[in-house]
Amino acid sequence: MQSPAEIVSHAGGVTGVSWLMIALPLFGAAVLLLGGRRTNAWGHFFGVAMSLGAFAVAVVTFVELLGLQPEQRRRDIGLFEFIPGMVDLGMLIDPLSISFALLITGVGSLIHIYSVGYMSHDRDRRRFFAYLNLFVAAMLLLVLSDNYIGLFIGWEGVGLASYLLIGFWQHKPSAATAAQKAFIVNRVGDFGLLIGIFTIWTTFGSLAFADLTHEVAGQASEGTLTAIGLLLLLGACGKSAQLPLQSWLLDAMEGPTPVSALIHAATMVTAGVYLVVRSGAFFEAAPTAQLVVTIVGVATLLAGAIIGCAKDDIKKGLAGSTMSQIGYMMLGAGLGPAGYAFAIGHLITHGFFKANMFLGAGSVMHAMNDEVDMRRYGALFPVMKITAVTFIVGYLAIIGFPLLSGYYTKEGIIETAMHHNQILGWLAVLGAGLTGFYMSRMVFMTFFGKKRWADDAHPHESPAVMTWPLIILAIGSIGLGAFLVLGNRFMNFLSPAVGLPQPADMPEPHVFGVGTAALATLALVAAGAAFAWFRYGAAEVPAVAPRASFLTTFARRDLYGDALNEALLMRPGQWLTRIAVFFDNRGVDGLVNGLAAGIGGTSGRLRRVQTGFVRSYALSILFGAAAVVGALLYVGNI
Amino acid sequence: MPWLSILMAVPVLGAVGVALLPKGSDKLAKQLALAVSLVVLALTVAMAVQFSPDGNRFQFEEKYAWIPSFGVHYGVAVDGIALVLIALSAVLVPIVILASWHDAEGATRLDLKSEVVPPKRSAKTYFALLLVLEAMMIGVFAATDIFLFYVFFEAMLIPMYFMIGSYGGVQRSYAAVKFLLYSLFGGLLMLVAVIALYVVAEKDTFMFPELIGAIQDPTTQKWLFAGFFIAFAIKAPLWPFHTWLPDAAAQAPAGAAVLLVGVLDKVGTYGMLRFCLELFPEASKFFTPLVIVLSVVGIVYGAIVAIGQTDMKRLIAYTSISHFGFIAMGVFAMTQNAQSGATLYMVNHGFSTGALFLLAGFLIYRRGSARIADYGGVQSVAPLLAGAFLIAGLSGLSLPGLSSFVSEFMVLIGTYERYAVPAIIGATGVILAAVYILWMYKRTMNGPTAEAVKGFTDLDGREKWVVAPLIAVIIALGFFPKPVLDVINPAVDQTLTNAQVTDKQPVSTVAEKKGAGQ
Repeated sequence: MQSPAEIVSHAGGVTGVSWLMIALPLFGAAVLLLGGRRTNAWGHFFGVAMSLGAFAVAVVTFVELLGLQPEQRRRDIGLFEFIPGMVDLGMLIDPLSISFALLITGVGSLIHIYSVGYMSHDRDRRRFFAYLNLFVAAMLLLVLSDNYIGLFIGWEGVGLASYLLIGFWQHKPSAATAAQKAFIVNRVGDFGLLIGIFTIWTTFGSLAFADLTHEVAGQASEGTLTAIGLLLLLGACGKSAQLPLQSWLLDAMEGPTPVSALIHAATMVTAGVYLVVRSGAFFEAAPTAQLVVTIVGVATLLAGAIIGCAKDDIKKGLAGSTMSQIGYMMLGAGLGPAGYAFAIGHLITHGFFKANMFLGAGSVMHAMNDEVDMRRYGALFPVMKITAVTFIVGYLAIIGFPLLSGYYTKEGIIETAMHHNQILGWLAVLGAGLTGFYMSRMVFMTFFGKKRWADDAHPHESPAVMTWPLIILAIGSIGLGAFLVLGNRFMNFLSPAVGLPQPADMPEPHVFGVGTAALATLALVAAGAAFAWFRYGAAEVPAVAPRASFLTTFARRDLYGDALNEALLMRPGQWLTRIAVFFDNRGVDGLVNGLAAGIGGTSGRLRRVQTGFVRSYALSILFGAAAVVGALLYVGNI
Repeated sequence: MPWLSILMAVPVLGAVGVALLPKGSDKLAKQLALAVSLVVLALTVAMAVQFSPDGNRFQFEEKYAWIPSFGVHYGVAVDGIALVLIALSAVLVPIVILASWHDAEGATRLDLKSEVVPPKRSAKTYFALLLVLEAMMIGVFAATDIFLFYVFFEAMLIPMYFMIGSYGGVQRSYAAVKFLLYSLFGGLLMLVAVIALYVVAEKDTFMFPELIGAIQDPTTQKWLFAGFFIAFAIKAPLWPFHTWLPDAAAQAPAGAAVLLVGVLDKVGTYGMLRFCLELFPEASKFFTPLVIVLSVVGIVYGAIVAIGQTDMKRLIAYTSISHFGFIAMGVFAMTQNAQSGATLYMVNHGFSTGALFLLAGFLIYRRGSARIADYGGVQSVAPLLAGAFLIAGLSGLSLPGLSSFVSEFMVLIGTYERYAVPAIIGATGVILAAVYILWMYKRTMNGPTAEAVKGFTDLDGREKWVVAPLIAVIIALGFFPKPVLDVINPAVDQTLTNAQVTDKQPVSTVAEKKGAGQ
């Protein structure tokens, strides 16, 4: 096993000004928010420019990093003293953070461009771009910070941007409620992350990644490290919508579709995976915590897939699928250095194909008067060919069609999991089969079969400003996986940041490149897709959802996650609040008022008496002072 | 130059000037009051830049005999802690004056005056009272003579009493009297303790620096501690001494509520840090478990009761009870991080709660009601007002990037160093804060626009000038708290030394490695 490289402080070059990556979109957000209506005419272009600017800085920084020897590719750029004696803010440029930065600014810029078209009819388009820019800045702060505090500031910053964007159409009560729910559920995760950070601080006396090496982590007891791991995992579960904090993500689809693509699919929701990988020093020394990470991952990948099977709302179907795919990443992240490269690799390819499909769904909704019910779609392939073809490319990538992006990265996770633990591996295979079913169902219901359109629907292809991002994302969905995984290219690239696995932790290469797990996965995916074809491709799909079996209802209701939250948390919380308010009014305050009334007769009379007394309050102070003087005189005489 | 005396004299003279203006010249009174408060702010800045954090603990010292036979002095000076609190007051007062422009007239724009009653006294008196209050707030933080501190501590009540009782809402008399009685009761206990301290110490002086370490007997320390502490716990207020605050804050005009919760209440937590800990170190250690428990209960209890409020101002008051729990916990956790955090918390809380109260005041001015249910969909008609309210609210829930995060984080991490379980329970306040703030925001600002809200205008020029500096400070200190912390830290060091505690060290070698490298 090879440990990560040492972090060295950096001087000179473009990397030295890589803080511009964060500053540009932040500046964009400030200009658009403070500039008000004056910036309405050009605000969206300005937002796009700032995002592209950040992308350019990221690319140059990346190239500069590639020019260094691998063991020197961890550069620390100090910025300023934040809390004296505790932490300085700064940026860590290493293969892990730059991979994220490229994904965030690259896919982020495409989504900015797409939004110019998608939001062209919204009177608040400028505000939308301000929030998008704010999000990009915060997300970059999250992944580029060289310490846990900077990470946490970014972590909450993306939470804020997510809150603002889910509730972008805040006049709709459902959107406002969804935004609030997302923030509060995330705060539960943040609570865990905060306590985790406290524990790191009290144990090691530093919050800087440069200090928290594997060697340092090894000095703490395993119990402490397990606690740190589980607390960080709680934070990760909130942000990445993993069980048991998954319930907000489906509601988050209330936001405009580009938001769902950028924040709730491609980038923000993967922050939990980043946190686990970045904190590898703790997790790798705490096998119990790692085991819990893999269990959470597997449970969520199955839960998300089951939910995805039952949704008629295209965005919610995709949201279930996002949960599920992040579950795969989490599983990979829990497997240690052997899984990191696949987890992050899948995160990147997923960023492409899921953003692609979300934007594709947005294009369909754009064409169908914002209809989201797939039962009202059907036979859209001929009328919007670019959208359909790019969507299908994304679909083939996510189900793991051989040689496409998702195939390489997901298969890598499944095989590594199988090598690690057979049960985890087979459950992950089962999840892949479910993916084959629900994604095929989505494609058949949307683009094939018979028209089930509403009477006033006149679908048409979207404008070029929307289709070009789709095409570029589709290209990434095709080739990126092979590029990253073949020859362990990405694993070697990441190794200075996260280390290399021991050979024994890696699955053995197969003679023909395809092992049992891969064959089983392909067979199950094919079966799932075939079943979907019989149910939703060949057969007629009713325009209104038929009465469902218990199991389907279970899935439609998001596995009763909301009902559970309501019964366990909301209801008792409401009662607690009511009791506390009652107690405060009648109990504490009542006792005081009652005492006062008891002393002075009725409280009304007391009030008059008191008021009279108060009028001469100045006198009473004088009296008090006199008493003091008297007392002092007396004491002085003794 | 007697900086501190000048700082007190200017607002007092200003108040006299405002009071002497002829009847009916309310507008001139406001302008004069604003000008005076801006002069005080300028003087404070001029003084603050001369403060050297690495110099003596107490700077700008002045000391004159006042009642020589009992060793009572007019003694004023500031350390870093007192300085930042004086600066807080000096920044808030002009903002409050500008925000209160129409409050003392009892005017609302809409004819929905169900909860607005006309003031009993003239607008001019209101602004004179504000300036008197400013002088006293500066005095109470600057006093180094304990007797002088007591005098300011009590005298401060008078202008606040009149501001609530004469310019407040429907139940103003009840609220004002309740406020006064609670404070008087605490004040009496403190008075007894002050005298006893003088007697037992046998130093023939009330000067704080000379009384440090004067009381050695543990039992005596405990009794004296109790006298001071209860007064401060009522002032702050800590649970269960808190019930006067929601009434007072809800009935007070918004500007007075800002100064009440933002500054006056800080005298309580400031007093704990300055007097309880340094004068009675043994007793402080003895009572620490009790205080920590009260603080943690207050954090959670205040937050839960805040969630259930139906009145905006009461809700904000209850959030403050939760926040005072954080401050007291930080003070008594006795670590550098926790106490610096608690001091910074006092400052940041003044700005963020100040912003919340003032914005709530703007809403109430437009709608004539503080009931949350009377609003809805404000964001659609007054986006700036809603946006400012959101930022103030986010500061109230300690969003990272805003100032209150730094202080809350430091308090929690510093407490965790010594008392892990209370810190963990306290950290649930992070979740509850999101509930009470966002739920209030959703009910007032989001959703379809309520009928009575449709006529709302957005922030006007004056209101923007009120909000902008507060938000600028909240964001600036959120990313760059260092200047304030650099002033606070040496004073906290000194406090910890006098309180006879040493910081806890982490178990690992990272700190040692770093320490060895330095």
